[in-house]
Amino acid sequence: MALLELKNIHTYYGGIHALKGLSIEVEQGEVVTLIGSNGAGKSTTLKTICGQTRAREGSVHFNNQDITAMRTHDIAKLGIAHVPEGRRIFPKLTVRENLEMGAFSVTDKQLIEEGIERAFKYFPRLKERINQKGGTMSGGEQQMLAIARGLMMKPKILMLDEPSMGLAPILVEQIFEIVTELNREGMTVLLVEQNANQALSVAHRGYVIQTGEIILKDDAESLLANPQVREAYLA
Amino acid sequence: MLLSILPQVLVDGLTLGFMYAVVALGYTMVYGILEFINFAHGEIFMVGAFVGTEVLLIADAMGSLEGMNPYFALILILVVAMAVTGALGVGIERVAYRPLRGAPRLIPLISAIGVSFLLQDLVRFTEAVARNEFYLNSPILFNGSVNLGIATIPQKALIVIVIAILMMMILSFFVNKTKWGIAMRAVAQDQSTASLMTINVDRVIMLTFLIGSSLGGATGVLFAQNYGTIDPYIGFILGLKAFTAAVLGGIGNLRGAMVGGVLLGLLESLAGAYMGPLTSGAFGAEYKDVFTFSILILVLLFKPEGLFGEAVKEKV
Repeated sequence: MALLELKNIHTYYGGIHALKGLSIEVEQGEVVTLIGSNGAGKSTTLKTICGQTRAREGSVHFNNQDITAMRTHDIAKLGIAHVPEGRRIFPKLTVRENLEMGAFSVTDKQLIEEGIERAFKYFPRLKERINQKGGTMSGGEQQMLAIARGLMMKPKILMLDEPSMGLAPILVEQIFEIVTELNREGMTVLLVEQNANQALSVAHRGYVIQTGEIILKDDAESLLANPQVREAYLA
Repeated sequence: MLLSILPQVLVDGLTLGFMYAVVALGYTMVYGILEFINFAHGEIFMVGAFVGTEVLLIADAMGSLEGMNPYFALILILVVAMAVTGALGVGIERVAYRPLRGAPRLIPLISAIGVSFLLQDLVRFTEAVARNEFYLNSPILFNGSVNLGIATIPQKALIVIVIAILMMMILSFFVNKTKWGIAMRAVAQDQSTASLMTINVDRVIMLTFLIGSSLGGATGVLFAQNYGTIDPYIGFILGLKAFTAAVLGGIGNLRGAMVGGVLLGLLESLAGAYMGPLTSGAFGAEYKDVFTFSILILVLLFKPEGLFGEAVKEKV
């Protein structure tokens, strides 16, 4: 069974039918991307997984456990790190405190320190900013902090929601390199992106979502070559 | 003449101000997390005063207060009052506020006012049944005074100031340095993201009520020890003043509540002592609240976010 499996998910936002029978699987060790235009339901999918919005129908399984009705903090404890859209770092906490909050479920102080060191290995910039308030950093630094914070809990899966949004191309490049590197070390990644080109170049497989439905799924290379995808998302 | 009473006036102001400050912390902590004014907080302070005083009165009736070390007795009533009011605060949150969390802002506010009345009447009823009167005179543990050269300070005032400062220091350490304290600030800034970090937001809110309420209850004990007489309505005006102090300092900001409280106490004391003589009796001490609240209005006119508050950016 897949590490993460969404089966026939229907989610509503008020009266809007946001996800219409969506099914997605992510296998252990994969980088899977979910691409689609603004408002297609990408973020809603991630929010449904982590329990921030509830599916009215369908189920979410993680690691052979039904998590559909679990509370957000309990879902996170199972090892699902969700790096939300817009980074959502704690603006008035320092970089260090933000990282410590990422490791809230970790009780071993030694492990937390190791996690912080590991974060600095991936994102050396954060080390210089360790005592700076999160809100005073640039967008790129905040994105790095958000990812580093997500990694602090030693997750089984990392879910990234539009990590490239609003960032300079060079930073986007850097973020995606880190995703590849993390995956090489064994991390499973579910990547939500509008930037289909970049996302498909680092992913193994991809799903294309349109108005709440998966309209295409294939391995990343095929999707990159698919004329329909090229026209709609890569033009 | 006017200057000779100044040290005394300052000591009175500080004593009152530190009480405002600790109660203000309870308002500001809850507001910081829920953006909700817990109007029952003044009554929690009042309950603390009654619990502490009752423990003393019962100990006295059993004959065990005599010969008890006053410091031990003080710590005992503080601990009991804090435990009771802490549990009370958590219970109120669970029963009267949590079910209303998604509701429009006015609704939990009305609920809080309801809890206020309930607590006042409950205490009044209990005391009336048990003692046939609802005014209590507290045994005072510290009756001496300390001579500091320029002024003689009553021991009980010193106790208020020292305990209040201690509580504020412990709270600051907790909020700034401990894991749950940082989590509290994280929840105040962004609840939904905090829950992604495996933080149980409900538990953090409970903890906030536990700490805020037990601080309020402890202040009630200090109040009873300092002024001697308490009734079920002392929480109303003191709560209002402490809330004012929190707004003056910048609601949601801990340092603001501390400074705002002390400032308000000092202003009130100074106004009470000097307004009469300085206006040749036109405005006597009874106008002290007018003076104090005028200052508040002035501060808010020029700095609506309060002394330490940050200008609020509208959330998108």
